[in-house]
Amino acid sequence: MATTDVADARPDQAPAPALRGPVARPGSRLLHRWVWLRLSLLLSAPLAWMLLVYVVALAALLVTSLWSVDSLSSEIDRTWTLDNFRTLLDNEVYRKVALRTVGVAAAVTVIDVAIALPIAFYMAKVASPRVRRMLVVAVLTPLWASYLVKVFAWRVVLSEGGLAEWSHLGSPGYGLTAVVIAQSYIWLPYVILPIFAALERVPDSLLEAAGDLGAPSRMVVRTVVLPLLVPGIVAGAIFSFSLTMGDYITVNIVGGASQMLGNLIFINAGAANNLPLAAAIAMIPIVVMLVLLTAIRRTGALENM
Amino acid sequence: MTLSRTTRRLLAGLTFGVLALIYLPLLVVVVNSVNPSQSMTWPPDGVTFEWWRRAAHSAGARDALVTSLQVAVIATALALVLGTLLALALQRYSFFGKHSVNLLVILPIALPGVVTGIALNNGFKGILGIDLSLWTIVVAHATFCIVTVFNNVQARLRRMGTSLEEASADLGAGVLTTFRLVTLPQLRSALLAGGMLAFALSFDEIIVTTFTAGNGATTLPIWILNNMFRPNQAPVVNVVAVVLIVFSIIPVWLAQRLSSDVEAAR
Amino acid sequence: MKSTLRRGRVAAACLTLLSVSVLSACGSSDSDKKTEAVEKLGKTEGQVSILAWPGYVEDGSNDPKVDWVSAFEKETGCQVTSKVYGTSDEALNLAKSGEYDVIAASGDLSLRLIASDEAQQINTDLVPNYKNVYDFLKDTEWNSVDGKNYGVPHGYGANLLMFNKKDFPEAPTSWGAVFEKDQLAKNKGKVTAYDSPIYIADAALYLMKTQPDLKITNPYALDADQLAAATALLKEQRKYVGEYWSDYLKEVQAFETGNSVVGTTWQVIKNSIENKDVDVTLPTEGATAWNDTWMLSSQAKNPNCAYKWMDYILSPEANAQATEYFGEAPNSPQACEKTTDPQHCATFHAGDEDYAKQLWFWRTPIKKCLDGRTDVECTDYAQWTQAWTEIKG
Repeated sequence: MATTDVADARPDQAPAPALRGPVARPGSRLLHRWVWLRLSLLLSAPLAWMLLVYVVALAALLVTSLWSVDSLSSEIDRTWTLDNFRTLLDNEVYRKVALRTVGVAAAVTVIDVAIALPIAFYMAKVASPRVRRMLVVAVLTPLWASYLVKVFAWRVVLSEGGLAEWSHLGSPGYGLTAVVIAQSYIWLPYVILPIFAALERVPDSLLEAAGDLGAPSRMVVRTVVLPLLVPGIVAGAIFSFSLTMGDYITVNIVGGASQMLGNLIFINAGAANNLPLAAAIAMIPIVVMLVLLTAIRRTGALENM
Repeated sequence: MTLSRTTRRLLAGLTFGVLALIYLPLLVVVVNSVNPSQSMTWPPDGVTFEWWRRAAHSAGARDALVTSLQVAVIATALALVLGTLLALALQRYSFFGKHSVNLLVILPIALPGVVTGIALNNGFKGILGIDLSLWTIVVAHATFCIVTVFNNVQARLRRMGTSLEEASADLGAGVLTTFRLVTLPQLRSALLAGGMLAFALSFDEIIVTTFTAGNGATTLPIWILNNMFRPNQAPVVNVVAVVLIVFSIIPVWLAQRLSSDVEAAR
Repeated sequence: MKSTLRRGRVAAACLTLLSVSVLSACGSSDSDKKTEAVEKLGKTEGQVSILAWPGYVEDGSNDPKVDWVSAFEKETGCQVTSKVYGTSDEALNLAKSGEYDVIAASGDLSLRLIASDEAQQINTDLVPNYKNVYDFLKDTEWNSVDGKNYGVPHGYGANLLMFNKKDFPEAPTSWGAVFEKDQLAKNKGKVTAYDSPIYIADAALYLMKTQPDLKITNPYALDADQLAAATALLKEQRKYVGEYWSDYLKEVQAFETGNSVVGTTWQVIKNSIENKDVDVTLPTEGATAWNDTWMLSSQAKNPNCAYKWMDYILSPEANAQATEYFGEAPNSPQACEKTTDPQHCATFHAGDEDYAKQLWFWRTPIKKCLDGRTDVECTDYAQWTQAWTEIKG
């Protein structure tokens, strides 16, 4: 994401390595000869890790959502049932919370991308190398102040008589607006960095050429810069969207009386140990993200992320 | 691209304006670390160094910091190895199911933390039957950190092309030698950037950590969470945050210098 | 390419599903849970693992002056490791992992632990300091089942009504201040309430006193209709609530700044508020309250050290230190003599039986009605959780 070098604008090259030339040792020769052997050596460790640690856990969660909890022993009853999903569909509250959560996540994403675009552009294309380096450090540094501390700082800022009101800016008070503000704030660096990295890869010569051919700045931006930026924007947007959607701590601290999907999952995973219901609720963000990722992949942005 | 003077000024103004906004809450944290009010009310009515004194004596904070560093270092190292392997496989070869693998790597970061958290918690305890510990945090963190390394390395590999590697092979170097002497040096700054992001991600993660931390494994964010809800401890947390910000500038700056040195040398 | 891809993915998904079903079927067996009490103690194991609320197990690592663990370690040779939890629900999950020998449980957790066989009966003869504990805390619905004791009392406190005198020139005397529409209206957006399903009991207690038709006799034993009534009351209240609180810094801050002006609280929260306009009261209807107990895990690996810990933390010195630090009433008259603030026990009404009589201590709602009714099934904690989700909306 934050690859910080100047691009040398070489077009993408097809993989398929050539099989030729003299080779040194037998082991190496074997590796060289058999592409699949090299590939499986490369792939086996990371793939095994992802499958064993993550895919199995996710699949187990899916399975759990089809079970129920015995109310007497509070042990998990392993008979298949769709009750949890029926609960989700029958109660309006889950739909409302799901929509609210997606809404907040979308708002945070839009705000972050809107703020990040001009800043990343300035950093990558306008600022001198020295200023650029300073700016990158300035953007990265807040990442290290603990997330919790930053959210609490926002609680202080937005409180009655807090910094926001004290400086006569006015405060929206605690509620969804405060959640959007705090979350946009926290995830902003994660959106700036990939967009900045993508912009750095756009060679200056390309922009100049377009300009020399008489294109006005606005058109250069729209036709040349934006398409090259899409992967960076997508990467940043995925970050801010999913991080917001899974949060339950910020909404507890500045969210007033509201709740989001994360709270429901958290409270059900703990309360009365209703993991099956929690797993069923977790399917909502999973489906939302999968739909989003598939849609994005259609555009080809994922491969270039 | 030639930008008009006003556009440049506007962009600069916007950038520094937003940066000022970014640092404003951090300033609040700094002010609160010397705010005599335990509940950090605004405006502060005095200055005290009591919290700084207490933080200096807090063994809990020091232990938590060490734990967090351990977790972040090991998780980042794992992510570096696994992410690089994956990027090499996906960028240099074409094979059946490649797109699914690509999606799979993104998944742990793309799915909300609370989902990843309960899935891993259930996976560790229910399926694998292992007790939660420091190592379960490491495994969880490494899983969602792979993607940052993967992204950086993949982007670099794509731009590098294969001509240098081919030349090396033509000159008789083995596959491993080529990797060591040709591919790896070119990847250095990508690895640095990916590793830094992975480290930052792991260092400050709280949601997945809550679900995967075992007894006695207190990372810094968990320590902070616990202490925000303890009598008289909340302001000490502000001190810890201030110290973290100040000290983080050094590694961030160094990494920046290092990666730009690499650029210059090329 | 696309179709092969899809086929591959379906196959992979089926494979993982299959393997998961097989794996999960053989996973997680009930391993060596021991729920009966021990007859006598053996040699100490040299270590003990404790799960507790923040502030219950302090070893000086957060503040060198706050330390009662080191003395225990020196005295018994049992090294303490501890984990703190934020809510009873979180504690239940942690306790189930079997990694903890001793658990400090509030009443909304204890019965759930006992019901899921996570708790071991305690032989109180092996806890010498138990004899000092106030009688009204012993063998109660929230620490004993069928005459078997599963928890030794630690400290207790009431969920009081806190208000800002600026908005309440006359101190409110009834919970109506947070439940009646006409009284709520003037403080819209500045009302607060405890963020947990157990708060439903507060509404039930109010209904018990104000709407006799509902025939509520115990706020923790609600049948479906009674729960619906409490839920409706809370949904009405929700319109006026500014925020729910669960951690106490949040409430301290909200009352200091004026974001909240009326709502439930703990005495200790009142004590940390510097704003002189904020005061607390015990309304005429009485109040819900908590009494935490130390419970022994049925999977305890270090039961002997665990007994040593329970006895130690019940001793006057340690109990006084721990309860004073946390801000709650100690469990015995002997402990009251050891507090550093001589007024501590008076402030917290420790040992005041008349005061304690007005308190409905937290206990876990279960299907079997706690008030003895057998003609109906009561609502359990899972249903309360569901109701709470709907209340918050």
